[in-house]
Formats: sequence, C-alpha cells, structure tokens
Amino acid sequence: MVSQIVSAIGIMVAGVFACALYYWLSDKLLSLALPVPEGNVRKASINLNRRATIRPWLFLGPALILIAVYLVYPVIATFILSFYDRSGDYYVGLANYRWAFFDQQFRQSIFNNILWLAVVPAACTFFGLVIAVLTDRIWWGNIAKSIIFMPMAISFVGASVIWKFIYEFRGGNEAQIGLLNAIVKAIGGDPQIWISLPFWNNFFLMLILIWIQTGFAMVILSAALRGIPEETIEAAVIDGANGWQIFWKIMVPQIWGTIAVVWTTITILVLKVFDIVLTMTNGQWNTMVLANLMFDWMFRGGGDSGRSAVIALVIMLAVTPIMIWNIRQAHRDAEGH
Amino acid sequence: MATATATASHSPSIITRLRRVGLPRLLVHLSVLAIVILWLIPTLGILVTSVRDKEQITASGWWTAFSGSTQMEAVRLADPATQKEEGGRFVISGSIFEGAATGTVSAFGVRVQDPSAFEVGAPADIGDGETLQINQDGSYVYSKGAAFDDKRPKRVYVSLATAPEFTTQNYRDVLTSAGIGQAFVNSLTVAVPATIIPILIAAFAAYALSWMHFPGRTLLIAVVVGLIVVPLQMALIPLLTLYNDIGSFFGIPSRSYAGVWLAHSAFGMPLAIYLLRNYIAGLPKEIIESARVDGASDFEIFVKIVLPLSFPALASFSIFQFLWTWNDLLVAMVFLGTGKDQLVLTGALNALLGSMGGKWEILTASAFITIIVPILVFFALQRYLVRGLLAGSVKGG
Repeated sequence: MVSQIVSAIGIMVAGVFACALYYWLSDKLLSLALPVPEGNVRKASINLNRRATIRPWLFLGPALILIAVYLVYPVIATFILSFYDRSGDYYVGLANYRWAFFDQQFRQSIFNNILWLAVVPAACTFFGLVIAVLTDRIWWGNIAKSIIFMPMAISFVGASVIWKFIYEFRGGNEAQIGLLNAIVKAIGGDPQIWISLPFWNNFFLMLILIWIQTGFAMVILSAALRGIPEETIEAAVIDGANGWQIFWKIMVPQIWGTIAVVWTTITILVLKVFDIVLTMTNGQWNTMVLANLMFDWMFRGGGDSGRSAVIALVIMLAVTPIMIWNIRQAHRDAEGH
Repeated sequence: MATATATASHSPSIITRLRRVGLPRLLVHLSVLAIVILWLIPTLGILVTSVRDKEQITASGWWTAFSGSTQMEAVRLADPATQKEEGGRFVISGSIFEGAATGTVSAFGVRVQDPSAFEVGAPADIGDGETLQINQDGSYVYSKGAAFDDKRPKRVYVSLATAPEFTTQNYRDVLTSAGIGQAFVNSLTVAVPATIIPILIAAFAAYALSWMHFPGRTLLIAVVVGLIVVPLQMALIPLLTLYNDIGSFFGIPSRSYAGVWLAHSAFGMPLAIYLLRNYIAGLPKEIIESARVDGASDFEIFVKIVLPLSFPALASFSIFQFLWTWNDLLVAMVFLGTGKDQLVLTGALNALLGSMGGKWEILTASAFITIIVPILVFFALQRYLVRGLLAGSVKGG
C-alpha cells in the first residue's frame, strides 16, 4: 500500500510535469523552427504569421485529442455499432432497434426513466425554490443552506447506503432499525420492504436523488432571487400585493431563465442515473432504467454491444434537445459580450 | 446561464424586502429548522450507527443509541433440582445474569407472544399457582405451593435495557479486513491526478479559445458546449474495445490507472474548457494587450498573467472534478475493473452492499469513510464550489 502511494505520487508529479513540458517545449520548438531574423523583414513577418497560425493548435492540441478520442469517436462508433450484432462483427440492419421496440425490459426502463424525469427535476426545483426563499429571510440561512447543499458532495453510492439504511426492513418480531419502518410501526402501520414494493419503489429511489440535488437547485435559484430588481417588488407592495402574489407573479416570472437552467441540468443528470439503481436494486423489482439496462447488456452473457449501443443512443437522443438549446444559449451569450 | 451569473451581484437582500410584506417570522424559522433536520437525519443515521456496538445496532434503532437499547432475551431459570422448601412453598431463586449478559430488566413474561407481560419488582401470578418475581438487577424468586416437577429449567422472556456503548471497532474492522483501506488509497490514486491533469490541459485550450484568433474558433466553442451533456454511456462500448485492443497489441493490461486518468480527464474536459473560457475571456483586455505590446509571447502571457488571475475559476473546476472523480462508480468499474485490488471506494462499497447486506456495522463505517473526504472538501471550499456552479450550471454533478 505504501509503495502504491509513493508510485501514485511519482506518476502524478511526472504526469503533470510531462504536461507542462509539452506546452513549454512545443512553444520553444515553434520559435526555433520559424525564426524571426533581424535583417530580413519579409521573412520575419511571414514566420511571425505562421507562428500565429500554428500556436493556437499547439495550445488546443491535447484537449482536442482527448475530446476526439473519448467523446467524438465513441459517439460515432456507438451509432455504427447499433447496426451490428452482439460482437460488433456482422451487420444486422435495424434488428437491434426492433429488439428494443418489442423488449419488455426496455419498455419498462423507458417508462421508469419518464417517471424519473417527471418527478425528480420538478421536485428538486420546487423544493430548491421554496428553501431558497425561506433561507434568504433568516439570519442563519447560510448555515441551513450549507447543510441542505451538503449531500451534493456525497457519492450516489454513499447516498444509497445512507437511504438503504432508512428503508431497512426486518421481519418477524425483530425491532425495526430502519427509520421509515420504525415510524410506520409507531403510527400503527405495517412495516414494508420498501425497495421491492411494486411501482412505488421507484419513488423511494428518486427520493435519494431529490435529497442530493435539491441543494444544487437551491443555491442557483437563491442567487437568481437576489438579483431581482428591488423596484419591481416595491411596486408590487405599493399596489397592495401580498407575499404569495409577490412570489408567484413578480419573483418567479423574473427567474424563469434560471429555473430552466436548473431544470435541464437535473434532467440530464436523471437521464444518466445509474449508481443509485445499481446499488439499491440493480434493476430488480421493475426499477430498471436505461443507463443500467445499457450497462447490463454490455456484460450480460459475454456482452451485446449492438443492443447496448441502441440503449445508449436512446439516452443520447433524449439529451439532444437540451444540447441544442445549450449551444444556442452559449452562442447568444458570446454575441452579447 | 447568463441569468445565473448576473444575479450573483450584491443587491439588497430579500430579507429586507419581504420583511415589509410580513409573514410570521417564527413560522419561517421553524420550517427551515424542520427541513434542515430532515436533510441531516439520513447522514446522521449512518454516522451514529457506525460507532455503535454491532449487537446494539441490530437490537434497536440508531435514534435510541444515546438512551441505550432494550432487547428481548430468552433466559432459563435455575434447574428445578435446586428448589428449596420455605414456609410451605417451594422456591427457586437466583439471578438471570448467571451468564455473561448484564443490564437492567425492565419487564418480563413467560410466553414469547407477550414477552413483557409483567412488571419488575413485584410478584406476578403466572398461572398454575406459580408466582415469579424478577427484580431490576436480575435476581428472581420463583415459587409454587407444591413441588416443581418439571424436568427442564423454566424459560422466561425478559426485556433487557443495556447502557449505550460506543466503539471505534467497526472502523478498525473495515479499514483492515473489508478492503476499505486499500480502496481509499485506490480512490486517491484515481482522483488526484484525474483532477490535476485536465485543469492544465483545459486552461491552455481555454486561453486559445479566448485570446487567440484562428479560423473555426466559434465552431469549436459550440462543439465544446454541445459535448458537455453527452452521456457517458455513449463512450463506454467503443472505449472498452479500444482499451482492449491497445492492451492486447502492446501486451499490457488493458485496465490501468493511466487509462482511468485519461478517461476522467477527457470526460471532464468540455465542462472544464467551458468554465475556464468563460472566466479567462472575461479578464481585462488591457492587461493582455499591453503584455503583447511589451513583446511577451502567448506562452508567457498565459503562464505569468492568465494562470494566476484565473485562480478562482481553476479552484472551482478542480473541486467539481475532484468530487466527480472521487464519487464516480461507472468509469472506475469499466476502466479499472472490479477486482479486489482495483476497487475504488464507491466500488468497494457497492460490493459490500452485495456481500455484507444487513451487516450495518460494516456498511455504515465504510460509507462514512467514503463520504468523509468529499464532505471535508465541500465545507472547506464551498465558496468556490458555489461560484463554479453559478458560472456554468450545465452539467451538474
């Protein structure tokens, strides 16, 4: 273990050093290859121009290579693989898509994903907004925000253990050590095995993500609320609006843009949700979602790259509208500068 | 995005505005308090459980940890052969704590269906003309008008209250035997380089995209923004194939730390470039122009001026990337493997859930070790994290 730590530190330093060396050395080499002679003005200006043309690509090089190999190439390759058989060797046309269309588990996953999409972004945004408004009005609001924001630092796996303990069920006469069942028992109900409860178990898994993400929504919405111009609220107060009306008719309309950003960000996260389902149920009891089904098919029976490629493409398709919206938004921001 | 950034400015707080509207303030305090407690309880549950004695964890809920636990136990009284005749009654007496168990008896019973039927400290009529008195300290008197003719000792059920007991044993166990110690080192080995490498690469790219002029710049920026949301799932199959091909071509293991670092660096790259570009493009034009006039090369400008000035943005991104790589399960599972020596903390915890399900002393202690590092990072550097979120809330986690 000690040797691993030492070698990790060694490789770390070497890696960072190599990175820095690349940028320094490539810059030096460029200057050497395209010298700027004192006397020859024509050559000097040609070489200076060439340098200016090449240098950006030296700076961008490593980033572009990483992006090309790890993101662009795989997107294209996955698309192509979706038309091939399980081993990726034989062209099978639309067979994988046809399989997905009629597959019971695939439909279940789509249904569950839609359920997640309908509940989690809405719940996080709503709770985030409510908590942001409430915490902005008290002196210890920042402490409260910190605590609600904290689960964001916790891994999905860690959060799953935390919540699995809350949902813990014990049969017979044994004491219920899971908080939820203890409460249910205390108010006279029957303890349940929550995570295998048909249909509703999905919501118990969603609760974990809501617990993690509400803080994110709260932080961003709180900043947006602080940015609302004072005059608009004053005007409403003068016109005799009450707190409720001010919130819904004056404040919320002014932060629609931010609400949309929060909503879409959580939507993307929900589409990719994997760890929670893997650790809580591994897709059993009808809780399968697309990301887990895809992972499953990557390794099931030696792996089926065609089918899992189709599932990955469905997730990709679902984020595409958001992707386009983001690009447009960024474009508009860039023009605004 | 623009809305979020613009709103970080300091206008008078909502407190002053809504006070005039005047909702009952106490209600606000109480509801926030309730929400905070609700949010804290899950984490508190595993923290408390992880330091409890493992017998007590299964005997009672963690919320009773500080008041001790009450558990039902079956004990046998002394053998009927030890009975004595006292004043016309046959008596068996002694203490139920003949064995090792200790504690305080709070109630007892003779049938399993009703284990706390009788109160302690007073003789109870348990039928058949028998009376049984069990005291708090465990001593008992069991008597009958006629001689006891049972062959086996009498079985009774007692509710035992034990004092709260806290221990660090669970942590010692998981760090040594459950493989969590090794996984901790693995997690560090993955997360630290996977945080530092992409920052450097992204910062150079962000500089080029902000302050250097070349054809295709706008297109590249659009591509980067678009790639931020590409789901990881798209990358898995082709990359796994690629890694295997490279591994078998060079005769090296296809799953290595270097492979994970590069994967994490690449997956974080679009967001890193986007965040850093937003910041670096906003640096004052005059500083960079005047450095250029003074004859500084782009490399010098970047290293001496841009990099130090961008510290807040670099810090924001490195926190994101660290949390993301430390908390990641999927990338490590696919590109590093699921062997016992290769598991990172999240993977190890996931494996424990499968193999140790129900052993909450192991699970809670492991979970706490898994989440403590990111939580410390979070509380220490929250300021930068919030700033980063506000600057580019596109990827989220």
